[in-house]
Amino acid sequence: MERQVILNSKHFELTINRLCYQLIENHNDFSETVLIGLQPRGINVVTRVKERLEEILGKEIVCGNLDITFYRDDFRRRETPLIPSATNIDFVIENKKVVLIDDVLYTGRTIRAGLDALLAFGRPSKVELLALIDRRFNRDLPIRADYVGKTVDTLVSERVSVEWEEIEGEDKVVLFTPEGNG
Amino acid sequence: MDSLSVDHLIGIEDLTKNDIELIFKTADAFKEVINRPIKKVPSLRDITIANLFFENSTRTRLSFELAEKRLSSDVINFSAASSSVKKGETLIDTVNNILSMKVDMVVMRHPNPGAAKFLSERVDARIVNAGDGTHEHPTQALLDAYSIRERLGSVEGKKVVIVGDILHSRVALSNIYCLQKLGAEVMVCGPTTLIPKFIHELGVKVEHNLIKALEWCDVANMLRIQLERQDIKYFPSLREYSMQYGLTKEILDGLSKEIIVMHPGPINRGVEITSDVADSKQAIILQQVENGVAVRMSVIYLLASKIKRQ
Repeated sequence: MERQVILNSKHFELTINRLCYQLIENHNDFSETVLIGLQPRGINVVTRVKERLEEILGKEIVCGNLDITFYRDDFRRRETPLIPSATNIDFVIENKKVVLIDDVLYTGRTIRAGLDALLAFGRPSKVELLALIDRRFNRDLPIRADYVGKTVDTLVSERVSVEWEEIEGEDKVVLFTPEGNG
Repeated sequence: MDSLSVDHLIGIEDLTKNDIELIFKTADAFKEVINRPIKKVPSLRDITIANLFFENSTRTRLSFELAEKRLSSDVINFSAASSSVKKGETLIDTVNNILSMKVDMVVMRHPNPGAAKFLSERVDARIVNAGDGTHEHPTQALLDAYSIRERLGSVEGKKVVIVGDILHSRVALSNIYCLQKLGAEVMVCGPTTLIPKFIHELGVKVEHNLIKALEWCDVANMLRIQLERQDIKYFPSLREYSMQYGLTKEILDGLSKEIIVMHPGPINRGVEITSDVADSKQAIILQQVENGVAVRMSVIYLLASKIKRQ
């Protein structure tokens, strides 16, 4: 595997910052907006965006986690069962603007499941999508993100990994390419 | 990622500790689902489940049916009272006829011990045992242990006494297996005639004095006296049984510590426990029922995920 850092920690911070200001442009003071991270890796993005937004706006931002395991379309097409993570949405999303947040937008299937899962909690007035990384050429479904940290052009054989300071020790995004495929 | 070591849920005896923990972890997620405004997930859209009840049941059948529906599976119900079993059809024939209608999973309660295992070896469907005679009732034991885990944080190291008709109880046997696999200490308590002869071989303590048993335990699981399974008299009268083994508020308040009271239902109020105990804060009987749905969803989900489609 060939490793290539496509976002280092400095650019990582700048990207989060830019995403926050883009959110503020559309959502003003966030009084009608909630952020929902998709389990498992989207919650890291939410935590970071929430922290930064709260610094900028000086108020608390409503956030939740959504697990989409039971809404996936590949149930029983895998060797092992899909084990769920926790969902934590302790607020009403009815008539709120929801920003769904994930780390990597790839096939779009997770987001499709996320939209379905969201319906179980009510009818939001609007749903937007924020993705830290957009692998734009690999979509299986007609889904696009409203806010994108960085767009990358990748092959299906490649893998994009978002690493976090609190988990892996450093903020960065790495692109893995199999040998002889670059 | 983990997966269950079994293809059918026949008894707790066949499960490993990892299996039980996987079921509990998945049940946690389902417990959150059933407390949502829309209590339903689409995971099992293409699965059909048959509930075959050859013996009466209210709670277990409703609980299974609700669990299946909340997973979006299609459900057919069958009860022996209104079926061709009365006309002399055999178990295998009944089940094979139902399976020809393309059923993926069978939840069965049957009065004969071993019926679920018998079926699992002969038909091509996942079998979930919902109670087979006096043998096992695995989902009840799972929800009991899950409720203990929820209330006390864990099952390991806890002391649980099972009081009552151990001899006729599939709940007792499944509970003993389940609690021991999770590292709890188990005691059974009841009149000598209702304690099976070789029960000590399962590694459980035996006590005939209710107060002593209650002083020992953290959790008391009060079983119902199964008069329908008792072909001979095992004790002089229900009144005498309830005087010696019935749990009253006075006994509960007189203990040196606060214990948790469980009951698998249906309760005979005034026999094994009095009304004020059943309705007290220490009783988690209704939580057990709620957890029953989450645990059954978990079991069905995990077994269904082993069904492969082309």
